[in-house]
Amino acid sequence: MAVRLMTERKVVPYTGNMATAEALRQINPDVVAAYPITPQTEIMHFFANYVANGLVDTEFMTVESEHSALSAAVGAAAAGARAMTATAGPGLALMWEILGVASGMRLPIVIPVVNRALSAPINIHCDHSDMMGARDQGCIMLFSENAEEQYDNVIQAVRIAEDERVRLPVIIGMDGFIISHSIENVSLLTDDEVKKFVGKQTLTHSLLDIDNPVTHGPIAMADSYMEFKRQQREAMMNAYKVIREAGEEFAELKGKKYEHIETYKTEDAEYILIVMGSAAGTAKYTVDGLREKGEKVGLIKVRTFRPFPYYDVVDVIDASNVKAIGVMDRAETFGGYSGPLFEEVCTSLYTRGKIYPITGIVYGLGGRDCNLNHIEEAFDVVKRKAAGMDVPPVTYLNLRV
Amino acid sequence: MAQVSDKPKFVTREEVKMPPLKELTSMRDKIAPGHRLCTGCVAGTILRQMFMAAEAADYTLIIANATGCVEVCTSIYPYTSWKVPWIHNAFENAAATITGVEAAYKALKKKGMLPSDKKVKFVALAGDGGTYDIGFQSLSGAFERNHDFIYVCYDNEAYMNTGIQRSSATPRHASTTTQPAGKVIPGKPQPKKWMPEIAVAHGIPYVAQLAPSNFNDFFKKFTKALNTEGPSYLNIFCTCPRGWRAKEEEGILISKLAVETNYWPLFEVENGSWKINYKPKERKSVVEFLKKQGRFKHMFKSGNEHLIEELQQDVDKRWERLLKLEQL
Amino acid sequence: MKGWKNLEIGAVITEPGSSTVYKTGEWRAWRPVFQRENCIDCMICWVFCPDSSIIVEDNKVVAIDYEHCKGCGICAFECPKSKGDNESKKALIMKPEYLFREED
Repeated sequence: MAVRLMTERKVVPYTGNMATAEALRQINPDVVAAYPITPQTEIMHFFANYVANGLVDTEFMTVESEHSALSAAVGAAAAGARAMTATAGPGLALMWEILGVASGMRLPIVIPVVNRALSAPINIHCDHSDMMGARDQGCIMLFSENAEEQYDNVIQAVRIAEDERVRLPVIIGMDGFIISHSIENVSLLTDDEVKKFVGKQTLTHSLLDIDNPVTHGPIAMADSYMEFKRQQREAMMNAYKVIREAGEEFAELKGKKYEHIETYKTEDAEYILIVMGSAAGTAKYTVDGLREKGEKVGLIKVRTFRPFPYYDVVDVIDASNVKAIGVMDRAETFGGYSGPLFEEVCTSLYTRGKIYPITGIVYGLGGRDCNLNHIEEAFDVVKRKAAGMDVPPVTYLNLRV
Repeated sequence: MAQVSDKPKFVTREEVKMPPLKELTSMRDKIAPGHRLCTGCVAGTILRQMFMAAEAADYTLIIANATGCVEVCTSIYPYTSWKVPWIHNAFENAAATITGVEAAYKALKKKGMLPSDKKVKFVALAGDGGTYDIGFQSLSGAFERNHDFIYVCYDNEAYMNTGIQRSSATPRHASTTTQPAGKVIPGKPQPKKWMPEIAVAHGIPYVAQLAPSNFNDFFKKFTKALNTEGPSYLNIFCTCPRGWRAKEEEGILISKLAVETNYWPLFEVENGSWKINYKPKERKSVVEFLKKQGRFKHMFKSGNEHLIEELQQDVDKRWERLLKLEQL
Repeated sequence: MKGWKNLEIGAVITEPGSSTVYKTGEWRAWRPVFQRENCIDCMICWVFCPDSSIIVEDNKVVAIDYEHCKGCGICAFECPKSKGDNESKKALIMKPEYLFREED
């Protein structure tokens, strides 16, 4: 049996990768299959040490590719095991086919992802093109702002994924290097608290139940395929509720409440930025600075990207004094109007009959720095948009011309 | 992961007693009819013979099936032909998938959560495309990790499910839809990939080549694989009447001819030791095998004699190599 | 088939061997006709039949499952008692299906 290490709550100086590995240890999954890819590697280093020293009960599969990592996780999950993998950037891209298999087969696999840019050119640093590329593969997607959020989100993800109303894979993204390799204070739960929070899985249609043999993954022709896709949409709608419930329960445990979005000084804001991931931290700091100068600026951080919290976003915008909105995407949608987050926000507004000046901002591709000055620049763009000035569909931050 | 044991013990060939067929008939078929494999598809026979051996040894097979003819024809929603736990994930990952199931088995056993304590064996089932080609990496990884499973390749020597495209298992000069016999290029220029020896190179405990025509040998080999701890690889000859342009009733005959001409030698490799299980008393010319199949028809046109000669050389070379390997 | 709300999620099929209700016998162009009096119950037909269509009871071949038999003819071709030309001595004979069907 797994050893109890953390008997008291602690605040520790951890990187995002350490915090993720710690969450994995405390969750003590049945099967973890993974393949090394920068900047995810460390998660597996730490976890492999737990395995090697008997601190977890996990069957740890060091497979020969990310494709096989998720394939093995699919097999394990269909057998009823609590299965996990972790990857980054091109690794997630290689998993892409099986992400759809996992969600289509309704298997609750938890997948921490360290966000990394996709090739070419090859680049190991952060952007969100990996998860954005996989956004329509039917997985729940959460983004973390810092190491502690990643820790908390991974723990909540087990509950969300396995909820009978959901049964979908959950991908939890944290920004490569910016979060994965930076040391921050992380407040940890005790082993017992995590064990209790994640609970025990129920065996649903297990392949190991040989007295009740089931067929997983049959071929569905035109007469049934669409029904299963409709079921997946329903599961995502349910996930919207379940993510909120898990967040509320987690708040009771840890005090910190997780919702689909987090707002920062939006109540009276005239200029709002919408952002995901680590840039939210920088943006909050920038908002404080600009507020000191008397500027009415605010921030919406999107935590849940799938299912997208359409109502939450619009309600917050509507309750503010907004004159213009800037949506910051850490990914490109080549040939689209702007980035994927921009599109979601526009859809949310339009379908509620709310038309505000809005502009797209692309930043931080391939690890390009995004500091206070760049966020200020983003607010400047939003202000120009509010003033009716000519603003291009996409403004690139920190780009050499 | 399974403990890497130096030399797993084998049930010897002599120890495997194949009961008279009559006795086997009382066992329940674990593959139900109503599957939509083509008329005369020998894959159906192979599945039944697999289950005969498994039932006789009291094993329940838990199967991961790669995309392919068998997968598609046996699981058209809402129908399934399977009476054992079965999963299809994708084309290229049957091995990775089944090893995930096997890992889950170990994990749940540790936790006391197994729903049953009956004997199970994990099987990855794929055609030659899912084995020799697209599933090759996943298969190699699973062998190297030494999971306890049987990899069954039903080799019909081309991508039959998608329409008879050449694979690396297609023999030299066979005509396929992607390398048709033309005026300039007479079918596939390259010889068949020699998969069993690649499997052996992984150092896995058991590798064997089987043919459904020789059901006694089939039964013994499958039983041995069931009783092997660690990975086994079974390369099984599978006549495809549709893709080979052969007569529907001749699937088993062609399988016999493949064995009698040494086109498909029956051998097994235990812990690296090779043994040929059947040496035809009089070696038949490969022509006997070729002439039953339309995919080789162009080789019989006058002026194409060298094509037959070349394929015969491929067959002879492999047989001679087998004889040498047996002496090792 | 049921509506989307009532189908098992993830397309899991929980009824093992349910394909039996799908009658592949309708594909048949040739019908194996079984002549019990000539059968020696060697079970060669049974071991090779790809479609589980040789019905055996108490160690004896009793019938062909025409609901599923696709008419490939492997059984008759391999049957040791069905070689040669004398039909009356054969255990299995392939005959055109239309002789047995009134419709079409």
